[in-house]
Amino acid sequence: MFGYYVWLAGRSLRRNPVLTALMIAAIGLGIGAAMTSLTVLRAMSGNPLAFKDDLVYRPLIDNWSPGRPFDEDSGEPPALFTYKDATALWNAKEARRQAAMFPNVLPLEPANTEVKPFMAQALFTHGDFFSMFDAPFEHGGGWDRAMDESAARVVVLSKDLNDKLFGGEDSVGRILRAGGEDFTVTGVLRRWNPQPKFYEPSSGAFNDVEEMFMPFAIGIERELQSSNNNNCWSDPGNGYKAWLASECIWMAYWVELEGSADAARYRAFLDGYQAEQAKLGRSVRPQNNRLYTVSEFLKAERVVSRDSQTQLWLAFAFLVVCLINTVGLLLAKFLARASEIGLRRAVGASKRSIFAQFLSEAGMVGVAGAALGLLLTWLGLMGLRALYAEGASGTLARLDLGMVAITVGVALMASLLAGVYPTWKACQVAPATQLKSN
Amino acid sequence: MDIKPIYSALMRNKAGLALIVLQVAITLAVVCNSLFIIVERSELVARPSGMDEPNTFRLASLGFVRDYDLKSAVRQDLDLIRSLPGVVAATLTNSIPTSNGGWGTGVDTEPLERGTGKEAHGAGMYFADEQAIEAFGLKLVEGRNFRAEEITDSVSESGLLFDSVIVSEALAKKIAPEGSAVGKVVYGISDDTTPKTVIGVVERLQMPWTGSGEVEQSVLVPTRNLGDNFSMYVVRTEPGQRDAVMKEVETRLQAANPGRIIRGVRTVESVRADAYRDDHAMMSILFGVMAAMLMVTGAGIVGLASFWVTRRTKQIGTRRALGARRFNIKAYFQTENGIMVGMGIVLGGLMAYGFNAWLMSEYDAARLPWYYVPVGALVVFFLGQLAVWGPASRAAKVSPAVATRTA
Repeated sequence: MFGYYVWLAGRSLRRNPVLTALMIAAIGLGIGAAMTSLTVLRAMSGNPLAFKDDLVYRPLIDNWSPGRPFDEDSGEPPALFTYKDATALWNAKEARRQAAMFPNVLPLEPANTEVKPFMAQALFTHGDFFSMFDAPFEHGGGWDRAMDESAARVVVLSKDLNDKLFGGEDSVGRILRAGGEDFTVTGVLRRWNPQPKFYEPSSGAFNDVEEMFMPFAIGIERELQSSNNNNCWSDPGNGYKAWLASECIWMAYWVELEGSADAARYRAFLDGYQAEQAKLGRSVRPQNNRLYTVSEFLKAERVVSRDSQTQLWLAFAFLVVCLINTVGLLLAKFLARASEIGLRRAVGASKRSIFAQFLSEAGMVGVAGAALGLLLTWLGLMGLRALYAEGASGTLARLDLGMVAITVGVALMASLLAGVYPTWKACQVAPATQLKSN
Repeated sequence: MDIKPIYSALMRNKAGLALIVLQVAITLAVVCNSLFIIVERSELVARPSGMDEPNTFRLASLGFVRDYDLKSAVRQDLDLIRSLPGVVAATLTNSIPTSNGGWGTGVDTEPLERGTGKEAHGAGMYFADEQAIEAFGLKLVEGRNFRAEEITDSVSESGLLFDSVIVSEALAKKIAPEGSAVGKVVYGISDDTTPKTVIGVVERLQMPWTGSGEVEQSVLVPTRNLGDNFSMYVVRTEPGQRDAVMKEVETRLQAANPGRIIRGVRTVESVRADAYRDDHAMMSILFGVMAAMLMVTGAGIVGLASFWVTRRTKQIGTRRALGARRFNIKAYFQTENGIMVGMGIVLGGLMAYGFNAWLMSEYDAARLPWYYVPVGALVVFFLGQLAVWGPASRAAKVSPAVATRTA
């Protein structure tokens, strides 16, 4: 019977080709718009470290201006640390792993003189960075606490930078000249580019990971500040020593703990630390500290762009309009065939078989609409890449298999939903009245 | 035309009516809010930065060799750039408007007392020399420019050493709400307590951060920052010569001093395009959604109206046979559409404000000005009338003879 219904549906759909095209186009457009924006939003809302969400935490200490909260609307403490606080916490060793970090650029002079000197982005951080964030090594590894303490001249390279400098070879032990000094390569990462860049989203949550990593102490010895944000509520004074002693915030800080029970202990430690600072005469705000998991932190930092969220709502409103449209057209179409339904019912077709017949017709529109929707999603993502280029919505506008499955699912669900009411109405046609009136 | 029979006929087809009303309502709500966001963004991206954008470019130089002599490198670079034909002016600075990276400072007419909660005025800070105003292409509206002998050298240990500043007009108004800012003493720029005198006002100069609420507030300070080996040059050229000069400057600077890296060679226009790329994208997307929505809704009305006309062929024929003129039939369908769309507009108007209120609370959107809904309503109303035009005309052509046939 199903084959027969499909044949009937095909005939009926061909009878009004414009109308059929209109219904398919409406479903396709709606699905295309909704799925395009959903793809971007889904990528933005990711948490690359979800598997360690109960282990890795971002502490926030509110050592901002005593006279004024950092964020007057939300009351949230600043996300970044002062040098003072970062080193105090690192020295306290209260967590299983801990790392402070800030980015800057260093000029590289490749040994291969055919490659011109160029600037590379460096993240100055502690050795725990790699194990805490499960950064995968292709060759070698990071460095240990002793090397952090002695400011050892070591460097970990990203895969791309290693390709550029050493032709992709195992460069562990090789020398890299950076900023006028020699560094020994201790490790090369595999391709690793977590999106969002959860550990430091403030300068662009979907920026690429830095090209190389060096011990935190080297950045300090070289008297560098952050190339992202350096934010002061009080006059830091002149010179780098004064900068380090200042209340300016400019680095990220992360810890790995033993679990959520341990997190409660660490949270208490943070408050205790701040209370102690107050006793030592540092002017502090009322205690307002945080210990965020990665997902909480990404939420607090609002890494999902507001424009993308607005676009998603509008796209789904558009999808709803497209579906209502299809419902209306199907309804009109089915009811126009009341006499046909009446005749079929009168010669013995059950409500069930009428239902099956008309739902097949709605289903066919749905399948075609889903296919068109998938194509339009693909085109839409291409459009987003062109519009946003290197911007977050551009780099994240990629269709993966999961998204294809979701698109097909949503499209079929949506069109079945659009088909059910008109089909049900068609089944309500009373056979006798239809036969009489015509 | 008597509306009552049309209305009661509509009420007998509640499902069809509800579908059109809902569709029109959502369309109106989305069109109003999209249009509002588009207008808002287009105003945002149109704000002038104060620079002579079409004729200006910037580039950065970063010395990497040990003992890099930044001071003489800067001297030589500027001499070289300024000697090139086609160059109007060149300056050493730290940032440009719309680059979203730079130095910010607090400025106030009294020494700053930090931590007390008293807020100084925010300002973007640009290092400048005697050619800076010319190189940026700014318009000095009051006071005077920096003199060459006023330009100091600043290094990290010394802090920023200078006595005078030039401010943007927006900042001048904050410093001196009435009267002239020239001659006023301000604090907070190099540190909290050292006084600086305002010697000039430029008409417009945005701070580097396009998203700031104080974006028009900037201050030019007469010093060469020699604190690190990073220097940024801004070069203004004769009209039409920017691209050629830009290439020339890049090669000449690199050749003149191989102990550094030249990077970030970009026109101010392209820096600006980057800053507003997301806004332009948002505008295009909303425009697309709006257009697609109007099209789908319009096409849906055409489709539904056609069906209704077909279903009522006999009824129309009867009315014609009983004396209704073509005009009356057409008016019937146009009126019917007007009633349905009108209901949709009432609901959609409420939804438009509701959607806006929700965007305001969730995404810090601005309040939708009241006139967007009536304007949007007019657009949607005419769309409806236009969409029903074809089916209504077809209905009007139904022959009275139809009434006499059986099916």
